Amino acid sequence: MQFLNPDSLIVGAGGFFAGDMLYQLLAFIVLLFLLRKYAWGPLMGIMKKREEHITNEINEAETSRKEAQAYLDEQTEALKEARKEAQALIESAKKQGEQQGEGILQAAREEAVRMKEAALSEIEREKEQAVQTLRNEVATLSVQIASKVIVKELDEKSQEKLVDDYLKEVGESR
Amino acid sequence: MKELNHEAPTFHLFGLTFNTSNVMMITIASIIVFIIAVLGSRSLQMRPTGMQNFMEWLIDFVKGIINSTMDWKTGERFLTLGLTIIMYIFVSNMLGLPFAIAIDHELWWKSPTADPTITLTLAVMVVVLTHFYAIKVKGAKSYGSDFFKPMKFMFPLKIIEEFANTLTLGLRLYGNIYAGEVLLALLAGAGAAGIFSGILTFVPMLVWQGFSVFVGTIQAFIFTMLTMVYMAHKVSDEH
Repeated sequence: MQFLNPDSLIVGAGGFFAGDMLYQLLAFIVLLFLLRKYAWGPLMGIMKKREEHITNEINEAETSRKEAQAYLDEQTEALKEARKEAQALIESAKKQGEQQGEGILQAAREEAVRMKEAALSEIEREKEQAVQTLRNEVATLSVQIASKVIVKELDEKSQEKLVDDYLKEVGESR
Repeated sequence: MKELNHEAPTFHLFGLTFNTSNVMMITIASIIVFIIAVLGSRSLQMRPTGMQNFMEWLIDFVKGIINSTMDWKTGERFLTLGLTIIMYIFVSNMLGLPFAIAIDHELWWKSPTADPTITLTLAVMVVVLTHFYAIKVKGAKSYGSDFFKPMKFMFPLKIIEEFANTLTLGLRLYGNIYAGEVLLALLAGAGAAGIFSGILTFVPMLVWQGFSVFVGTIQAFIFTMLTMVYMAHKVSDEH
């Protein structure tokens, strides 16, 4: 076990020295102040700055979110209003249309009635006229028939005369 | 344990003795921490990338540690302390892992935290800071009366507690890192003995180094966590 010979080991230290203590203390304090000045200070500064930045960003986001929500509410309200208005417009237009249709229908109905009546009265008039004409014709005819019948019953002489008259008449009319 | 130790290189200044290797490793660890931190916060952006992400993650991590022990209003001032402690101790723990350098039986390159002097200094500093902040935050009267709560006879125990805290905080870190380096040195020594043992120790070496990375990370976390726990114990009002 020669390699375990304590003399070959590289460890340990020799005794307490006041100088070491003093030096360690001094070194640590110097290190502490140097690090505070050159490392921890700036690092914590930037960490704080980032923290503030993030806080600001979050606050800003919160604010803009609220604003957006307000806008959205406003828009929804406006949309609802517009929809209501449109509904009312459509309603009124429908009513107006119905009314107009009703009016047109009424007018057409009246017109039809009027036309029918006019046609009826025309027909009546025509009929009367026809009847009148017929009556006249009948009267004329009956007179002619009657006269012919009368003529037939005439005597020879008067018959002759009558024929002559006719002939004459005919001749004249030619 | 003396036979496990190499000699420590020393020098004297202002009537004080310094362990040269400790001084060097403390400086190196501090410089590495400083470089990492400055690289991580060199070009800061609102949308972080690369190193900045890592540094911000570290800040959030330490913030989490503080938040789990006290409320953020009192804990905020300890953030830089916690960050510096966790980074310094982590880097220190890692320094001794890849290799150790000894010149003429004098150990030069090692983890500074593998020395109880260093870890106890850090622990004492932390405990003194807890007392300092306790007075600063709560006032001297409230701080003093805390030693007699919940009952008067607890006073000696409270005093012992302070020393116990300091010792356990420092020695826990030292013990873990030192043990890790001892075993690494053992394995390295064994591996260097021959080709066969070199092959044989390669896998355990790999495993132990991985485990030491884990332990070093955990210890850095624990040291920071306990710092904040002691701090909260002193500073917050419930106790």
